[in-house]
Amino acid sequence: MIRTSLLLRWAAIAVVMPLLVVSAKAEDVTVKIDNFVFSPQTLTIKAGTKVTWVNDDDIPHTVASTTQGLRSKALDTGDSFSFTFTTPGTYKYFCGLHPHMTGSIVVEGATSSNAPQ
Amino acid sequence: MTLQDDGPSRRKVLECMTWAGTGVLWTVAGGVPASLGLIDEAVAQQAKGFTFLQISDSHMGFDKPANPNVKSTLEEAIARVKAVPGNPAFMIHTGDISHLSKPSEFDDADKIISQAKLDVHYVPGEHDLIDEDRGKLYRERYGRGTKGDGYYSFDANGVHFVGLVNVVDLKGGGLGNLGADQLAWLESDLRGRSASQPVVVFAHIPLWTVYPEWGWGTDDGGQALGYLKRFGSVTVLNGHIHQVMQKVEGNVTFHTARSTAFPQPAPGTAPSPGPMKVADDKLRTLLGTADITFKQNEQRLAIVDTPLKA
Repeated sequence: MIRTSLLLRWAAIAVVMPLLVVSAKAEDVTVKIDNFVFSPQTLTIKAGTKVTWVNDDDIPHTVASTTQGLRSKALDTGDSFSFTFTTPGTYKYFCGLHPHMTGSIVVEGATSSNAPQ
Repeated sequence: MTLQDDGPSRRKVLECMTWAGTGVLWTVAGGVPASLGLIDEAVAQQAKGFTFLQISDSHMGFDKPANPNVKSTLEEAIARVKAVPGNPAFMIHTGDISHLSKPSEFDDADKIISQAKLDVHYVPGEHDLIDEDRGKLYRERYGRGTKGDGYYSFDANGVHFVGLVNVVDLKGGGLGNLGADQLAWLESDLRGRSASQPVVVFAHIPLWTVYPEWGWGTDDGGQALGYLKRFGSVTVLNGHIHQVMQKVEGNVTFHTARSTAFPQPAPGTAPSPGPMKVADDKLRTLLGTADITFKQNEQRLAIVDTPLKA
């Protein structure tokens, strides 16, 4: 049984993979906020990627930074905030309520094969 | 670290900070008011002195497992406040009145707290300034006659009270923040005052460094404490960490109050400082209020922390 389902899963991935490669849009990525930590704390993505922060804590958090637009309202438990990174660079951010919580997003230049426009 | 290095005594305090995680309290540092926890003695002092109360971290609107009914526990705290002997002069609230800065949460807090029939002097916590307009609701309700984001001072019974705001414009990787404007105001507010006048400073996040790994401290708190150095009696009252912690350094007594909403873990004893779920019958032993009594000619104020349930 297990072997069959694993095989099926691999088969499904094999079908999906080529679609991802030809897709012009970078894959969306989630950053979890859990136990007062952004995870992953450092995230490397391709330009054009949409990052979504989801708060899994019982306490509200925010995403704050000096980058234009990279600033959320207070996110209560289960709330999320998304931001699409279009320009390569390193973006540091923190929680505006608990600023010892920090994270960074490293945006790499998109490769020619899957660059958004 | 923001506090002055006072040599051996400072080292001793640091030693105690590392022990705090295993449950040893600040009493080890010495000099903690002798009456702490001795209700009879405190009541005797209240008969002669001037008493005010501190409540903190009501978190109206919080509904998670650590305490799904924060209105009930605030009501219990206020019922206790009403029963305090010795006619307390007023109450201070050291912030996080609300959980999400919603008007309904502030309404609930006001409805319950006003039953104490005492003047209440507030300072905001970070949870009170997260409305769309970043603190407009707080300032409209509680900010009348205050400066900046809500700091102010007043005198009562010969004691100078200063309410500070250290939850605004926080910097990535940093701790609580007072900012240059507020520090300049504090310096001028204290200038010219007699060093023999007792001073009580209250703010949400501890002004002293309790546990920076969890953000429990104030980056420029040391500068504020520098302005207070020449005073013979300084008491610093904070909230934010939802547990009692105390230490004495020179003429300064630092103290944090319990929350009326939910407890938080002792520094370093949990993966995060988030709300701590305890057994239902234990919850009320970890929530509560503080009574502070000032007696003429005594340098230190007597602080008695009372849980909702012994």
